[in-house]
Amino acid sequence: MNDHDHEHESARESVVLDKIERMRRRRPRLKDDTVTLAHGAGGKASAALTDAVFLEAFRNDTLEPLGDAGLVELPSGERLAMTTDSFVVNPWRFPGGSIGSLAVHGTVNDLAVAGARPRWLTVGFVLEEGLPVDELRAVTKEMAEAAERAGVTIVAGDTKVVGTGAADGLYINTAGVGVIPPGRDLGAHRVRPGDKVLVSGSLGDHGMAVMLARGDLNLEADIVSDSAPLNGLVETILEAAPDTRWMRDATRGGVGTVCNELAAASELGVVLSERALPVHRPVAGACDLLGIDPLYVANEGKLVAVVPVEQARAALEAMQGHEHGHEAAVIGEVREEPPGMVVIATAFGGSRIVDMLVGDPLPRIC
Amino acid sequence: VKFVDEFRDPAAARRLVREIGALAEEDRHYKFMEVCGGHTHTIYRHGIEQLLPDNIELVHGPGCPVCVIPMGRVDDAIHVAEHDGVVFTSFGDMMRVPGSQGDNLLAAKARGADVRMVYSPLDALEIAREDPSRDVVFFAVGFETTAPSTAVTLLKARTLGVENFSVFCNHVTIVPPLKAILDSPDLRLDGFLGPGHVSTVIGNRPYRFVPRDYGKPLVTAGFEPLDILQSIQMLLAQLAEGRCEVENQYTRIVRDEGNPRALEILAQVFTLRPHFEWRGMGFISQSALQVSEAFAAYDAERLYEVPGVRVADPKSCQCGEVLKGVIKPWECKVFGTACTPETPIGTCMVSSEGACAAYYNFGRLRHAAVPDDVTALPVA
Repeated sequence: MNDHDHEHESARESVVLDKIERMRRRRPRLKDDTVTLAHGAGGKASAALTDAVFLEAFRNDTLEPLGDAGLVELPSGERLAMTTDSFVVNPWRFPGGSIGSLAVHGTVNDLAVAGARPRWLTVGFVLEEGLPVDELRAVTKEMAEAAERAGVTIVAGDTKVVGTGAADGLYINTAGVGVIPPGRDLGAHRVRPGDKVLVSGSLGDHGMAVMLARGDLNLEADIVSDSAPLNGLVETILEAAPDTRWMRDATRGGVGTVCNELAAASELGVVLSERALPVHRPVAGACDLLGIDPLYVANEGKLVAVVPVEQARAALEAMQGHEHGHEAAVIGEVREEPPGMVVIATAFGGSRIVDMLVGDPLPRIC
Repeated sequence: VKFVDEFRDPAAARRLVREIGALAEEDRHYKFMEVCGGHTHTIYRHGIEQLLPDNIELVHGPGCPVCVIPMGRVDDAIHVAEHDGVVFTSFGDMMRVPGSQGDNLLAAKARGADVRMVYSPLDALEIAREDPSRDVVFFAVGFETTAPSTAVTLLKARTLGVENFSVFCNHVTIVPPLKAILDSPDLRLDGFLGPGHVSTVIGNRPYRFVPRDYGKPLVTAGFEPLDILQSIQMLLAQLAEGRCEVENQYTRIVRDEGNPRALEILAQVFTLRPHFEWRGMGFISQSALQVSEAFAAYDAERLYEVPGVRVADPKSCQCGEVLKGVIKPWECKVFGTACTPETPIGTCMVSSEGACAAYYNFGRLRHAAVPDDVTALPVA
């Protein structure tokens, strides 16, 4: 092939890539007739279901951005964040946490990264006939302890019992309300090229801890879930870097998915450095064995923050000084190019894109 | 993990890239096929194409076990899975592979079939032992790499006297499709990065026909990024020195004679099928394994009636040409538009080792490597 052919070929490739980018920018369409596990995995299928069924039915300006929490304004002018989350993790207990602590942290963190100070939680239990009361008591105690540590009060609740086989032992739903201090405005609309992307600590600890705790991998490794409340860390970051643009907790779908949401919402490029990603050795090893990228493995106590470059060092140092952020790192930068995409410089010296995850192969983790 | 890091050292990569640049003649275009899906995955995952000179082109080969399964076999699998009392076990990748009319095992599961993901056939056998009231079927796919673990599982099932376990066998062999590719008139290759894991079982000798009969060098290659670069360097060195032979880059794992014990077990449990259909490549004779007469009691094809109908690939699908390396993934008419990882038409888009999925997920980059300077902070 001569140079001319080569140029012609890359031009043709470029046309194909442009077409794909246009396709990707469209919201995914729901084509399925039945719900499959993929609809709950947090990837494109979940987005399609949310759009076609839930948003279609409930559409309003507060819901539409589909953020971690809905932001509402009271007649008095005060602003609140509200959110809800259900927990079906199996097994109920894993190194570093349980379905109870997770149910508190999950909702607290969704409020915190929206810029709110979490205050009140409600809890709903769906119990399967035959569940030992001691088990329920233990889970409830873990919830109470987690709520106390996070500084939130559980103010209402509900219990439903279903027959044997109608649920997998125990499901928990929590909803929460937090107060947004005046002047706080976090969102993708504030993100600018040149901003730094920070993560508050190591990637993938929760997802891997749960996978190993299930025991069907026959793998043993010293991996502990990072399940933790992030509201204290958020306040610390906002104090050190008041112009912080945007935050997300990197739960299901991991840091890779969160960065894709950032790229899509800001219509800017997110460029990451593989070398800079903090990953604990046992997690990296288990991921390697299983062919899973730690970028997509769930966390329950990690957030991604976008901070203007001049406040990035202050934000980093503030995170590293906090008990839930001592392994924080700058992992990348926001750039004009390529818009709407996440690109990573590989540790090996090449580069590749980091796309939204498709069809999560992992079991229930939250 | 340290073991892995050694094979991902960027300084060693730069050294190899320099050697590759020095060996490649400027006015020549080189086309090397990496045979395995695992190679393809590594190449995209680590961005290796961007490190290579422009005149070295990597062509993705047929060695992705999920990609080569034809639609008719997926239909058969779904049929078995929907039998009353059956627990159908499969590797995760296979669950999303489309059969005819876009049906797949995940959809069968959503309709009520008991389909479970396992990481090894031994896990499937364990499910059978734990619940003797259910008939557990394992969907066996893969080249000579995974066939021994299926064989060991069947031996174990017999030793333990497990009667409610069987295998739906789709194991294939690597040499016949390589021959088919070499015989294909529309492809001109300069050499092969030979299969790594398969060769741990069959050794390097079965590839001798490649240099002898077809005049192409082959280097058995490992799966770490440095393995790939070193294998390319070895192929270029052969061409520069006028040699043409089978060489082994993956010496830390692969022995010339392979693994005689594994080969023995394979011969005990499996026999060659007279012919087997490959996705997009048609029927290739003596290219697949079936459960032998001695293990007939464990053969799902004998135990369950399956439609066994050959289903033609969708007209728009060009997986066959991609698998043979005739076209690049992006040159397929439906690539990235009608066929994407979430709604795959072709198998190459399903498995993370499929050339199309690897290119779609990692490779859709039109510029040179991005510089790794994005984490630098200004001094306060």
